[in-house]
Amino acid sequence: MPEPVALKLTAKDFKSDQEVRWCPGCGDYAILAAVQSFMPELNIPRERIVFVSGIGCSSRFPYYMNTYGMHSIHGRAPAIATGLSATRPDLSVWVVTGDGDALSIGGNHLIHALRRNVNLKILLFNNRIYGLTKGQYSPTSELGKITKSTPAGSADSPFNPLSLALGAEATFVGRTIDSDRKHLQSVLRAAAEHNGSAFVEIYQNCNIFNDGAFDELKDPGTRDDYLIRLEHGQPITFGKDGQFCVVHPPGGFGLEVRETAMVSPEEIVVHDAGVAEPAYAFALSRLPGLDLRNTPIGVFRNVSRPSYDDLVQSQLEAAKAKVTGTPEDQLAGLLSSGDTWTII
Amino acid sequence: MTKQVRQLDRVVIRFAGDSGDGMQLTGDRFTSETAQLGNDISTLPNFPAEIRAPAGTLPGVSSFQVHFADYDILTPGDAPNVLVAMNPAALKANLVDLPRGADIIVNTDEFTKRNLAKVGYAANPLEDGSLDGYAVHPVGLTSMTVGALAEHDVSKKDAERAKNMFALGLLSWMYSRPYESTIRFLERKFAARPELVTANIAAFKAGWNFGETTEDFSVRYEVKPAKMPPGTYRNITGNAALALGIIAAGVRSKLPVFLGAYPITPASDILHELSKHKRFGITTMQAEDEIAAIGAALGAAYGGSLGITTTSGPGVALKGETISLAVALELPLVVVDVQRAGPSTGMPTKTEQADLNMALFGRHGEAPVAVIAPRSPSDCFHAAIEAARIALTHRTPVILLSDNYVANGSEPWLLPDVDSLPDLRVEFATQPNGEDGSTFLPYLRDPRTLARPWAIPGTPGLEHRIGGLEKADKTGDISYDPANHDFMVRTRAARIEAIEVPDLEVEDPDGDARVLVLGWGSTYGPIGAACRALRQRGQSVAQAHLRHLAPMPRNVGEVLRRYDRVVIPEMNLGQLANVIRARFLVDAIPYNQVRGLPFTAAELETMLEEVVKNA
Repeated sequence: MPEPVALKLTAKDFKSDQEVRWCPGCGDYAILAAVQSFMPELNIPRERIVFVSGIGCSSRFPYYMNTYGMHSIHGRAPAIATGLSATRPDLSVWVVTGDGDALSIGGNHLIHALRRNVNLKILLFNNRIYGLTKGQYSPTSELGKITKSTPAGSADSPFNPLSLALGAEATFVGRTIDSDRKHLQSVLRAAAEHNGSAFVEIYQNCNIFNDGAFDELKDPGTRDDYLIRLEHGQPITFGKDGQFCVVHPPGGFGLEVRETAMVSPEEIVVHDAGVAEPAYAFALSRLPGLDLRNTPIGVFRNVSRPSYDDLVQSQLEAAKAKVTGTPEDQLAGLLSSGDTWTII
Repeated sequence: MTKQVRQLDRVVIRFAGDSGDGMQLTGDRFTSETAQLGNDISTLPNFPAEIRAPAGTLPGVSSFQVHFADYDILTPGDAPNVLVAMNPAALKANLVDLPRGADIIVNTDEFTKRNLAKVGYAANPLEDGSLDGYAVHPVGLTSMTVGALAEHDVSKKDAERAKNMFALGLLSWMYSRPYESTIRFLERKFAARPELVTANIAAFKAGWNFGETTEDFSVRYEVKPAKMPPGTYRNITGNAALALGIIAAGVRSKLPVFLGAYPITPASDILHELSKHKRFGITTMQAEDEIAAIGAALGAAYGGSLGITTTSGPGVALKGETISLAVALELPLVVVDVQRAGPSTGMPTKTEQADLNMALFGRHGEAPVAVIAPRSPSDCFHAAIEAARIALTHRTPVILLSDNYVANGSEPWLLPDVDSLPDLRVEFATQPNGEDGSTFLPYLRDPRTLARPWAIPGTPGLEHRIGGLEKADKTGDISYDPANHDFMVRTRAARIEAIEVPDLEVEDPDGDARVLVLGWGSTYGPIGAACRALRQRGQSVAQAHLRHLAPMPRNVGEVLRRYDRVVIPEMNLGQLANVIRARFLVDAIPYNQVRGLPFTAAELETMLEEVVKNA
């Protein structure tokens, strides 16, 4: 294949002429800036990039990207994007959604897009609150959360978005944080290179209705002790001084955090995003507690499976390869197939 | 013995049996043989929603009615001349529709004490004189089939199951049907099990030979071919014709076709059919739900495909929000609603026309769409092409209202010349359309159609964003401006009204009718048959049938005002009648029935006669 021509695009090329209208201080600004400055790396012409969103604060995203874009209806972006992606394999299709959009009203479409492995890059901005409707609890809000619609505290247990995606056997699952541009872009990069569904949860701060939801993961004093930065091929250790690590507990399920000093080095799990069985990445997704301690970020899972788009296109091509004659001839043949009779 | 051959001009036969007796297949084969002979045909399948309702019960009865004639006919017939009853339940469930003197062929093997008790027969109706007014032909269909297959290498169960072929053979002999197509069909159907091919053919021939030799059937009938326009014909159901129409629309528009669908009775057959024709560039997706099905179709339309979703009423209810989005996005989309009896699950295998209000008005906000309805099974082909034409030319959702009656009914179809089908090619936007030569205005409209440009992703220089938020005129930018919203709402309504549709035609052969019958959709056949019958008896009545429900033909008001009375028969509680009254201030008379069955021509004739008399 010839070397692709460098398009020499910049972040500015991806800014639309629309005034950005999120609340001042919203985490969405940081994500938008990170995405706009990452886009040139794709080296894909702007006209072949499409952002599709649902409804919610995050779903205003496409208006601000100078690409093709559709701001659709609540929860349905994965379904709409599936029809687009399956019929237009030449496009790079991105879905921008939120915790309410993707996990509440649109939960069904999300899991089915993931199990089909549609070639979509799905960015879920998780702020654990309904922002656009002014502060109701979301499907990722903590149990007991006091909001406008739950004055006595929420009685709903939250979804763990990554566990859900892995249950649907998503082929690419990652997590990052709005404020860490470098990390965010590293996960976007890996997602963009993945053929099939890439699901990326982005912890995003809603400074109006749920301010500080992820502060422990951002505060320089705590973040190193709270965050587990996953790197493919590297032993999973974390903490300011690498004092914590992740091990397979003998005889148990899943993974656990231990003090590095208390285990022998060979017991420490070496991160492998390519493990075929989703149980490994699922175990990683279960590590964080309610207090956000032991929160892994990075690429949890990155495995190869034929994408829905490829399977659909190969069926079409196989069928078309057998065709002779013009479409009109084919149609005439089809209309007169079966039992016919002629009246003279 | 030499059998007498009697000429008939028309016959109605109803095959009835248990859901598992293969009555739909038997009816379908008889229809195909009849089509080969050149009779005009109309069929009415009638079956329960349960795949295998409890055997031998009334709810489990499945029937197939076929009407064939040596002239052109419009309905599957009101009353059968012949009933084939495979068990007591089939007899009991169908006897009420039989006029005295009709032939009844019963499978006596099934008239056991237990089976009779199951359907509440205290005594055997074959013996208690209750069928005295009918020509009853008792035949041991099961035992004779098993006997005929004694030498065949098939199980007793498979032999018993071939009894429908014995019945078909007997009926084929009675009505002098050519059976070559049935032999070919059996060879295809059981290709993987050759022993079943020979057994079923043997059962068929045994039935045929039984007719020829038994003294119970002394007369054989003939119905001569109908005089139909020259050309090549095939027998077709509405769902099959609709699928072919979609394929034709893809070919004539030169666009890839994308069908998003979720299985639902009675629309699933369209999905099944289209999924077989990938070579035409047709992608079918069985989505996770009705909403995803239309969502994916809209996404494909955004990318430059002919996007289609097929469903029935409950599915349209779920799709409503996405149809509204398509109204706001102004993208082409075809929504097929094969109507069934509602509300809720209702009667999934029975027909109704009660989704008209939903099609016209069933969305939030001012969300007008185009609505069209086919009038007969073969018309579904042309209606699908017309729906695609409107959607593509005017960049709008179009709802096509079929129903169970036309979807599963069949009739002969004069195959169209492919080159005579409309040219549906459209042009995608390729260049900026702003006055400065570099700006792209996604909501700048074609002055004639008011349609906006279809600028598909992948087109350099036309990158733009669209969405459900109100858009500013021309630029498509988000706008909360009051005057702009008022303008856009009115423009979306004007866009639909700007669609060109043919004038409403009136059939009034006598030219002096004072009563007009106005219908829409699948009632065309029964209304037409009723009008013909009235005219034959010297009464004048005019018939007009609406194919386009939105926008309506421009001459509708003028046509309505020509008549003293307007009658509107519908299989709902007067949905079109309400629209006509509200819009044209015409005191139309609604005539309504919601029994899950099509109107009979006879009941419409009686009703119309009354109106004509009092006009």
